[in-house]
Amino acid sequence: MMWQVFTREIHLALRKGAEIVNPLWFFLIVITLFPLGIGPEPQLLARIAPGVVWVAALLAALLGMERLFRDDWQDGSLEQLMLLPLPLPAVVLAKVTAHWVVTGLPLIVLSPLAAMLLGLDIHTWWVMALTLTLGTPTLSFLGAVGVGLTVGLRRGGVLLSLLVLPLTIPLLIFATAAMDAASMALPVEGYMAILGAFLAASATLCPFATAAALRISIQ
Amino acid sequence: MWKFLHQLAKPERLYHLCGRIVPLLAVVSIVMLLVGVIWGFVWAPADYQQGQSYRIMYIHVPAAIWSMGIYAWMAIAAFIGLVWQIKMADMAVAAMAPVGAVYTFIALVTGSAWGKPMWGTWWIWDARLTSELVLLFLYVGVIALYNAFDDRRLAGRAAGILVLVGVVNLPIIHFSVEWWNTLHQGSTNMQKSIDPSMRLPLRWSIFGFLGLFTTLTLMRLRTLILTQDRRRPWVEAIANKGRSLS
Repeated sequence: MMWQVFTREIHLALRKGAEIVNPLWFFLIVITLFPLGIGPEPQLLARIAPGVVWVAALLAALLGMERLFRDDWQDGSLEQLMLLPLPLPAVVLAKVTAHWVVTGLPLIVLSPLAAMLLGLDIHTWWVMALTLTLGTPTLSFLGAVGVGLTVGLRRGGVLLSLLVLPLTIPLLIFATAAMDAASMALPVEGYMAILGAFLAASATLCPFATAAALRISIQ
Repeated sequence: MWKFLHQLAKPERLYHLCGRIVPLLAVVSIVMLLVGVIWGFVWAPADYQQGQSYRIMYIHVPAAIWSMGIYAWMAIAAFIGLVWQIKMADMAVAAMAPVGAVYTFIALVTGSAWGKPMWGTWWIWDARLTSELVLLFLYVGVIALYNAFDDRRLAGRAAGILVLVGVVNLPIIHFSVEWWNTLHQGSTNMQKSIDPSMRLPLRWSIFGFLGLFTTLTLMRLRTLILTQDRRRPWVEAIANKGRSLS
């Protein structure tokens, strides 16, 4: 039944294409703003590229995070999802996976373009794509906890950012450190292992926290 | 003992217990604070390296220690509230959060004031400073989430979940920021060994800050209990106590 929840989410997401594409445009625009603000010098851009890409990815992910539960909460299908014979953490896992497919995966597809805009070489781009592959699902899982807590609130948007961003700081630190190491041709296996550990921890623990949060929000 | 603790889940009992503890605790903590701070600022010897300007340590170090200690206490209270479903524990989380946030702010500001003469800068992205700043954001997030709900009971449970998620992440943040700092070099070393003539007033100060945190938390808890139960007869009886029967 998790597969059916997953496909339902994908179908609903594909109905409104703008909701998927807008955060991607935001991602590209934010990346463009930095050279415009700091200056086009290639060496400087290559130096700040890891941080810029990851901050832009964080902000773009936050922009699209609310669609995880907002529409379901507003039309009552969130309660129906909670009444399924499936355990609520399993439902959350299916929904977050679908959310990642429509928000994180396009970001990874766009990463070559971002790498080109910031003047990164192939090896650094490859490591960037790997960090995004391991990091964007973690972002989705951590964001799910925040959305679960704020879905019932009136002005939940900014509060969501305030709650989720401090939790994603370790992810930001290690992902950018991995890209820095790659640009200096140093080994990145250790960083990838830690990013993998973050993903494993968040994928296993966050669904339970999100389920508890949803049970509170639904009252 | 469990029976005694379980009975504290009733708001009225908790209110009266706090009411009996607070006056004595307030006096004790004020005394300890004054002893520690005045001893440290006036009679403790000057540092051989930093001179007189190290004395801010007697405020900065206890505030920093308890900023993390209070978060740990919030996590314990949130855990109790989640597992045993004791509503007063969730309320204790809400009572402790602003105290912890202010302690964190004091630690950051006094640290900044200490850093200017010592390091020549108000701020530096050292591992400890950065993780203290992120701790402040975690506190503010908890306070903001608690105040965003209309129903106080739901607010307490939501804040409890956020505190537990944050406490799992807190060691990760400390650890990763320490790694990040060593990756970029330039970390500063804090003094590890301290002379007994300085350690003693520091200990008084640490316990004084602990007493202050406990007093303020219990006072805030009393206020929160009264606010939540304001329509109950026992609260109305307290409110009308001084008034003559009309």
